[in-house]
Amino acid sequence: MTEFTPVQSLLGGGLIGLAAVLLMALHGRIAGMTGILAGAFAPGGGWRLAFLLGAALAPLLLVRAGGVEIGFDSPAPLGWTALSGLLVGIGVSYGGGCTSGHGVCGLARLSARSLVATLSFMLVTGATVYVTRHLMGGL
Amino acid sequence: MALLTALLIGLVFGAGIAVSGMANPAKVVNFFDIAGSWDPSLALVMGGALAVAYPGYRLVLRRPAPVLDPRFHLPERRRIDAALVWGSALFGIGWGLSGFCPGGAIPAIGLLRPEPLIFTATMGAGILAAKAQQRWAAERRSDRARRQGACRGCG
Repeated sequence: MTEFTPVQSLLGGGLIGLAAVLLMALHGRIAGMTGILAGAFAPGGGWRLAFLLGAALAPLLLVRAGGVEIGFDSPAPLGWTALSGLLVGIGVSYGGGCTSGHGVCGLARLSARSLVATLSFMLVTGATVYVTRHLMGGL
Repeated sequence: MALLTALLIGLVFGAGIAVSGMANPAKVVNFFDIAGSWDPSLALVMGGALAVAYPGYRLVLRRPAPVLDPRFHLPERRRIDAALVWGSALFGIGWGLSGFCPGGAIPAIGLLRPEPLIFTATMGAGILAAKAQQRWAAERRSDRARRQGACRGCG
């Protein structure tokens, strides 16, 4: 069980949206994690590495310096987590984006492609959770 | 300057992911588990993000160019093709299995647990494999186009 956290989730979502707006206003770039990862080692990709470093450092700073409690629990066994990474990496490459790119930036631009992608991955994620939790009885 | 602003924007993004609960795979899976231990929090994450990003983009994209770059780099593809749908579906299977998505996993690395690193490593391998296949397919397409062009020239 995890608790419903309306205030933190709304606030955190607002920060994600703010980061997307700032990245567009300053760098002219979409804050999609798929594109940022895929281009991290391309020429001129230094800003992407800096963004990734900041994204990974933020929770560390919040926990260590800010004393903020960040919940973390990974329910899948490690082998399933590894397989899931492979599927996600391949899927987002052909689908052209993930939750941040299609689900936030794309929808905010009213992109039809992003709406189709978001519906596709949200429905399939829900179906996958239903199958693993309720038909297979958990991984 | 661009590196510093990107780092700071990354910090804002990572803080948002962490505070919202997106870095917690259990919370993500529970959001999709409507038939079981449903936690609706993540609807508010997306709602909060869009409530800021939609008006923010409208204001920003009215300007001729971003502050630190000569132009806006917006996706140019418009076509809704099969790869968009099945690629996203494949992503959904992976996301549902573990509860990690790319934007959740990178900030989760900062929580110093092994799972986000394992996920990120295999996700990186998947991205590299897909890029290699896409490059190969593009080369084959351009080879074929060249051959066809040459034949027309002969005839």
